[in-house]
Amino acid sequence: MIQHIVLYPIIIQLLLAILMLFSWRSISVQKVISVTGSIFSLLIAVWLFTTVWNNGTLTVQSGNWEAPFGITFVADTFAATLVLLTGISGLAVSVFSVGTILKARLKFGFLPVLHFLLLGINGAFLTGDIFNLFVWFEIIIISSFVLITLGGEKKQLEGAVKYFTLNIFASVIFLTAVAVLYGLTGSLNMADLSLKIAAIENRGLVEITAILFLVGFGIKAAIFPLYFWLPASYHTPPPAVSAVFGGLLTKVGVYALIRVFTLIFVGDVFLENIILVIAGLTLFTGAIGALVQNNIAKMFSYLIICHIGYMILGLGLYTEAAIAGAIFYLIHDIIVKTNLFMVSGLIYRIKGTFSMRDLGGIYAKYPLLSLLMIIPFFSLVGIPPLSGFWPKLALISESFKIENYWLIAAVLFGTFITMFVIARMWADVFWKEGVKLPRLQNFRYFDILKIEKKIQIVAPIVFLALISLYIGFGAENIQQLSLRVGNELMNNQFYIEAVLGK
Amino acid sequence: MIMEFLIAILIGLLYASGLYMMLRRSLVKLIIGLILLGNGANLLIFLLGRITKGKPPIIPEESKVFLDAYADPVPQALILTAIVISFGLQSFAIVLIKRAYKVVKTDDIDKMNSTDEFS
Repeated sequence: MIQHIVLYPIIIQLLLAILMLFSWRSISVQKVISVTGSIFSLLIAVWLFTTVWNNGTLTVQSGNWEAPFGITFVADTFAATLVLLTGISGLAVSVFSVGTILKARLKFGFLPVLHFLLLGINGAFLTGDIFNLFVWFEIIIISSFVLITLGGEKKQLEGAVKYFTLNIFASVIFLTAVAVLYGLTGSLNMADLSLKIAAIENRGLVEITAILFLVGFGIKAAIFPLYFWLPASYHTPPPAVSAVFGGLLTKVGVYALIRVFTLIFVGDVFLENIILVIAGLTLFTGAIGALVQNNIAKMFSYLIICHIGYMILGLGLYTEAAIAGAIFYLIHDIIVKTNLFMVSGLIYRIKGTFSMRDLGGIYAKYPLLSLLMIIPFFSLVGIPPLSGFWPKLALISESFKIENYWLIAAVLFGTFITMFVIARMWADVFWKEGVKLPRLQNFRYFDILKIEKKIQIVAPIVFLALISLYIGFGAENIQQLSLRVGNELMNNQFYIEAVLGK
Repeated sequence: MIMEFLIAILIGLLYASGLYMMLRRSLVKLIIGLILLGNGANLLIFLLGRITKGKPPIIPEESKVFLDAYADPVPQALILTAIVISFGLQSFAIVLIKRAYKVVKTDDIDKMNSTDEFS
């Protein structure tokens, strides 16, 4: 029964969360369960990934109901890769939360909810049923609502109002799309839908359904012009929460877009053009937004939006190499964005502020830590040979092939502005002479923390920086992986055969 | 046929009034708008699963397969799931706006813009 590994990443997160609920009163026990459990779930994700890599796509029919009647769980290379990345960044965030989240918040169940969130993310990646995907999305958003509001500060609640409104609205649109899809085909299994949608005569109706999906997932993925909730809310919770949101949540939306538009709605030129235009505009507007920010966490929020553009661009170009580029970018982006927000948390710990105007002098005080923090920054910008460079190469060369110079301009613009804002931030935060800030009362600055707390803050950053370095220097392996994923996604008969067993 | 037509109109009304309420500036109306939208979506699933009257999906004892058209049970399962989920989300949302009103001291959404301002 080797295919049951598909369910393990979901089950372990559920078990962890339940175990932590049973030790509600003892935070130290919760901390131990969270960190050791995250290590285990990373190991399980590695196991799943190597099994899928060696044996091909695995499927489980839940309750032994044959597809397309029951709910299917599918681990193809794409899903297994993303579960692995969730394991990596889940472990980093778990350790970082243990180190930085205030005791008052941990007492109200921060850690169990974090694991419920990871449960939802793993489920969304592994399910092969469109309604089940909706349910996993709901698990994700309800956990994220708790994480974003826990603590109840004014800015958190204000951000949360925008966050929950747009996310519930996106869910309603997604549900509407599922309803129309069910009315059209009478099926919910994604592989089965792929066959049935291809056979439908009324293409207009199919196109409208596809646009409903584009809007529903687009709000979650924060694409232009549906992203305004993101910069209003992502900087409000503690950095550990921003890290898991920025690293994984928007990427679940991107995953859903890539899955739906390579499996169910394929070969529609009109939609591909729309996606290309959206990608270009996302790159452009996200970059412009990042340019004017003074708060580093807010600047990173805009960079999330800007870089979603690259992945959507790969989807819109719709060639094997372009999809592989998008996947490579996705792999790089999950690690680097998680790390970026943790770095912002470290900067906040050192100085007690996010404002670039007040920050400064970190390089003079902590030269080694600064050198560590430069790794995610340079990876983000994509200075060769670090990780952000390689996927852009594929995206630009594929844009040249269709001779769309606007897209190339958008990619270069996004990259250039990213480099500019990161360089300016580096000069402001690290090199500039530090302003003498009044020490805040009751704020635990980095230099007065105990050594074990320091390790809990720095170790996850080191861990993710090492992974980023591997993605950059071992680009050949990652490229091989992305090409295989691109190949599987473009030839969706593999997926359909694996699920329906034909 | 007349039933389908009426439900279609009802769904349109629910979506339209839900969107209208969401565009108002009050927090309470925002929640009511979201609830209406959710109900509209649930009814849409019900309608698109085809309305079949008085034909339960039960195979008669003497036969092995369905002899006649039958009411599809899947949409009802979907709606049940969706109702439970939206119930949870809505109760969370109501508690959230209560807290937000207490802390921010306004229920005007246009005044909740401190997180968008430059700092």
